[in-house]
Amino acid sequence: MKVIYTDSLIIGGGLAGLRVAIASMQRGFDTIVLSLIPAKRSHSAAAQGGMQASLGACIKGDGDDEDVHFADTVKGSDWGCDQDVARMFVNTAPKAIRQLSAWGVPWSRVRKGDRDVIINGKKVTITEKDEAHGLISARDFGGTKKWRTCFTSDGTGHTMLYAMDNKAIQLGIPVHERKEAIALIHEDGVCYGAVVRDLVTGELIAYIAKATTIATGGYGRLYSVSTNAVISEGIGTAIALETGVATLGNMEAVQFHPTAIVPVGILTTEGCRGDGGLLLDKDGYRFMPDYEPEKKELASRDVVSRRMTEHMRKGKGVESRYGDHLWLDITLLGREHIEKNLREVKEICEYFLGIDPVKEYIPVRPTQHYSMGGIRTNATGESPTLKGLFSAGEAACWDMHGFNRLGGNSVAETVVAGMIVGEYVADYCAGNTISIGTSTIEHFVRTEEKKISDLLTRTYGENPFELKKEMQEIMMDKVGIFRNGPDLEQAVEELKVLNQRARKIALRNRISSSNPELVEAIRVPKMIKMAQCVAYGALLRTESRGAHAREDYPERNDRDWLKRTLTTWKDEQADLPEVTYEDLDVMKMEMPPGSRGYGVDNTVHHPDTAKREQEVEEIKANNPGADRYEMQELLNPINIPEKFKGKNERIGRGFK
Amino acid sequence: MSEQERILKFQIFRYNPQRKGDKPRMVTYEVTEAPGMTIFIALNDIREKQDPSLQFDFVCRAGICGSCAMVVNGRPDLACRTLTSKFEDGEIKLLPLPGFELIGDLSVNTGNFFRAMSERIESWIHDQYADEVNYDQLEERMDPDVADEIYELERCVECGACISACATKRMRDDFLGAAGFMRLARFAIDPRDKRSDEEFYDVIGDDDGVFGCMTLLGCEDYCPKDLPHQTQIAYLRKKMAMVR
Repeated sequence: MKVIYTDSLIIGGGLAGLRVAIASMQRGFDTIVLSLIPAKRSHSAAAQGGMQASLGACIKGDGDDEDVHFADTVKGSDWGCDQDVARMFVNTAPKAIRQLSAWGVPWSRVRKGDRDVIINGKKVTITEKDEAHGLISARDFGGTKKWRTCFTSDGTGHTMLYAMDNKAIQLGIPVHERKEAIALIHEDGVCYGAVVRDLVTGELIAYIAKATTIATGGYGRLYSVSTNAVISEGIGTAIALETGVATLGNMEAVQFHPTAIVPVGILTTEGCRGDGGLLLDKDGYRFMPDYEPEKKELASRDVVSRRMTEHMRKGKGVESRYGDHLWLDITLLGREHIEKNLREVKEICEYFLGIDPVKEYIPVRPTQHYSMGGIRTNATGESPTLKGLFSAGEAACWDMHGFNRLGGNSVAETVVAGMIVGEYVADYCAGNTISIGTSTIEHFVRTEEKKISDLLTRTYGENPFELKKEMQEIMMDKVGIFRNGPDLEQAVEELKVLNQRARKIALRNRISSSNPELVEAIRVPKMIKMAQCVAYGALLRTESRGAHAREDYPERNDRDWLKRTLTTWKDEQADLPEVTYEDLDVMKMEMPPGSRGYGVDNTVHHPDTAKREQEVEEIKANNPGADRYEMQELLNPINIPEKFKGKNERIGRGFK
Repeated sequence: MSEQERILKFQIFRYNPQRKGDKPRMVTYEVTEAPGMTIFIALNDIREKQDPSLQFDFVCRAGICGSCAMVVNGRPDLACRTLTSKFEDGEIKLLPLPGFELIGDLSVNTGNFFRAMSERIESWIHDQYADEVNYDQLEERMDPDVADEIYELERCVECGACISACATKRMRDDFLGAAGFMRLARFAIDPRDKRSDEEFYDVIGDDDGVFGCMTLLGCEDYCPKDLPHQTQIAYLRKKMAMVR
C-alpha cells in the first residue's frame, strides 16, 4: 500500500484549490495539490467576463463599495445566502484582486478622458477621471448597481489562473496531475485525506493529511447540455456525500446562463450584454424591456433565463433543427470593441458556428452553467459535521450565492474563499495532528480496490456511458429552468432506478491501468447520487427562489422556506438521500428579506422580517454618528482572519 | 437545408504503453457525421459506441484550455474546435502530439513539460518587495496600453502545438520553444517584473534559448491562438544581442 503524508491536501487545481494551497504553503505547511489535469487547464480558465470587486475606479463604478456589492449579492441570492459569508466576501474581494494584480494579472486599466460605450442600445460618451488613469477598470454585468466586474478582455479566468498557478510554481507547490480522489478517508467524524487513483497506472494511493480541501468545481455535467468543462462532474462533492458524515447544501440550486451557443452549449460571456449586446427574438424584436423594464438584458441571470424561456414558449423563438433559440446581437458594439474585449467570443463563433459576430447574430439559449450547491461548510470553509474537511469555490456551499449567483462573483469567490479558507486550513494544520492508524487507511484503500476489481471481473451488466446519458437527459428534461411536481417526481423515481442499475456496471475494456471506461464506471454511480440530491431537493422545496423556479409554487415563501437544504447519504444501500433543513436566522440579517425588483413581488413573508426591519431601523436611528464600518459591525459582526480586516482604499474617498 | 449523411473515416494512432506487449498501430473507425460535428464529438462517439479504451484529452471543449492539441491530417491543432465538415474527403488521420511523453493513444503529457518550462524561465513576477504590498491600498497603476500588450502575449494556452511544430526542438531536446519565449516576452514587457535584461539573458541567451531558433517558424504557422511568435522571437533576439 502506497501512503503519502502531508499537512494540507488539496483536491482540485483550479483557482480556489491553488489559492488555498498557496495560503497553507506560505504559512509553512507541507502542501500537495491533486488534479485530474495540468492545473492551468482547470475550468477556472473558461471564466470569460470578469471578477467582481468594488474598486470603484471607473466612472460608472463611482460610489461603489463593499456595501453596494453586498446588497447586490444578497438580492441576487434571493435572500438565500449566508449574509455573514457574503460580508466576508465583499470586504475581501478588493484585496484579492489587488493581490492578483501584484501577482501578474494584466487587468484592463482605466484610460482617462472620453470613450464611447453602448448603454441600453445607444451610443453614449462617458468621461473617465484623470485621477483614475491606470487603475483597474470594470465593465457592467447583470444584477449589479455599479460597473464592478474587473476583466482582461474576455479571458479573465485564463489570466487569473495563469497568475495563480505561476505563483504556486514559484512557491514550489507540487501538483500531482492525473490523479483522481475516489473516496475520503475518515474516522470518528474527522477527515484524514483520500484514496486516490492514478489515472495513468491505475495505482491506488492513500494521501493522508491533517486538512483536506475539496475544490473540484461544480456538477454541471449532471446535465446533458452545460457550459461546463467535461471534467465538471461533481466527483469531489460526491466523495464528501459518500462519507455519510459530511453534508451537502442547497443541491437543487442550479443556475442556467442565458447565453450559451446552440447546440453545443459553449458560453458566450455575460460581458456581451454588459458591454451593450441585446437579446432579440425571431422577429428581430428586443423583448427583454417588455418583461423587465428596469434592468432589461442585465437583470439577474436566473431572471433573464426564465424570461427567454417564457418568450420562446410564446412561439417567439427562432426554430432550428436543434430546437428553438434566440439571438444575441453584439453587432452594435463594433469590430474594434469585439476584437479587443470579446475576442474569445468571436473565436468561438467563428470556429463552432462559422459566423462573424461583428456582422451576424449569435444563436443562444439558456444552458446549465453553475452549481450554487455543494459541500456545506461553515464560514471558515470547514464541514460542520466532518472535521478537517474543507471546501472552497464552486464545490462548496460556503453559501455566498444562495439560490442565484451573480455573474462575476464566481471567480471572485474562488480567490476570496481561497484566501480566507486557506488561512483557516493553515490554522487547522497548526492545531491538529494525524492520529489515524494504518489499519484504518488500509480498510479504505481495500474497499476501493474491491469495488474496482468487481468492475473488472463482472462479465455482464450495465454500460456506464449509457447510464450517464440517461441521467443527463432526465436532469435536462425534468430538473431544468422551470420545474414542477409531476416532472420532479418522475425524475426522482427514474433516478432511483438508475442508481440500482449503476450497481451492476460491467466493462468491455477490463484493464486496471489507464482506462477511460473504468474512469466512467467509477464516476457514474457517484454522479447519479448527486443527481438524486438535486432532483429530490428540488421536489421537496415547494417554493420558487432564485434559480429554483417551481411552476406549481411560483411564490418565494420565506415563511416556510427561508432555510438551507442539507443532504446526506448515510446508508450506502439506500436509494434516496436524507434531506434536512437549517433555518436562516432573519433576526441576524444585515439586510432583512425584501423584493429583488423583478416581475411581481409575490413573496410570502417570514414572521420575523418586519421585526428585524424595525430593529435595523432602530439600530440606525440610535447610532446616528456611526460610519458605514461601525454600522456594519452593529448589524452584522463577522469574524475574518486578522490580515484581511483592513479597510479598502478607493480614489476620491480614501478609506472612507 | 439538404443534408447528405456522410460516413467519416478516422484513422487513429493506438498504443497503450501501460499494456504489456502492446504495439503502436493505426486503427480505422467509421462514424456517421452529424451537423456541426467536431473531432471532440466524433472521438467521444467512437469511445462510447465502438472502443471504450480509446484515450484522448479534452477539458473545456471550447478552444480555451489547450488540452486537446493533436496532429490532425498532418497539422497540429486543437481537436475540440475542428469541425469534421472541413475535411472534404471525410478522411481524418489523428496522431498524438510529437515532442511530448505519450500517455496512450492521443493523450500526451503536456503537464510535466510546461511545469518544467515555467520553472526554467521562472514564469512569475520577480519583485523583492512583492510580499510587502499592502492590498488595502490602491493598486500600482499601469498604463492601459501596457496592460493590453501583456494580455496579448498572455493568451498562450500551453497546448503544445508550437513545440510539436518546431524543427529546432526536434534537434535539440532542451530547446525552450516558442511557448517559452512567448511567456518570457510577456514578463519582459511587464513593468511589475523587475528582472533585468542580463537576468533574462541567463535564461535564454544560448543555443537552447532564443539564439538556437532556426526561424523555420512552425510555431507561427500552427499557433491556434495566432500569437505573434515571429515578432516576439525577433524582439527577444534583438534585446538579448544588445546585452553582451
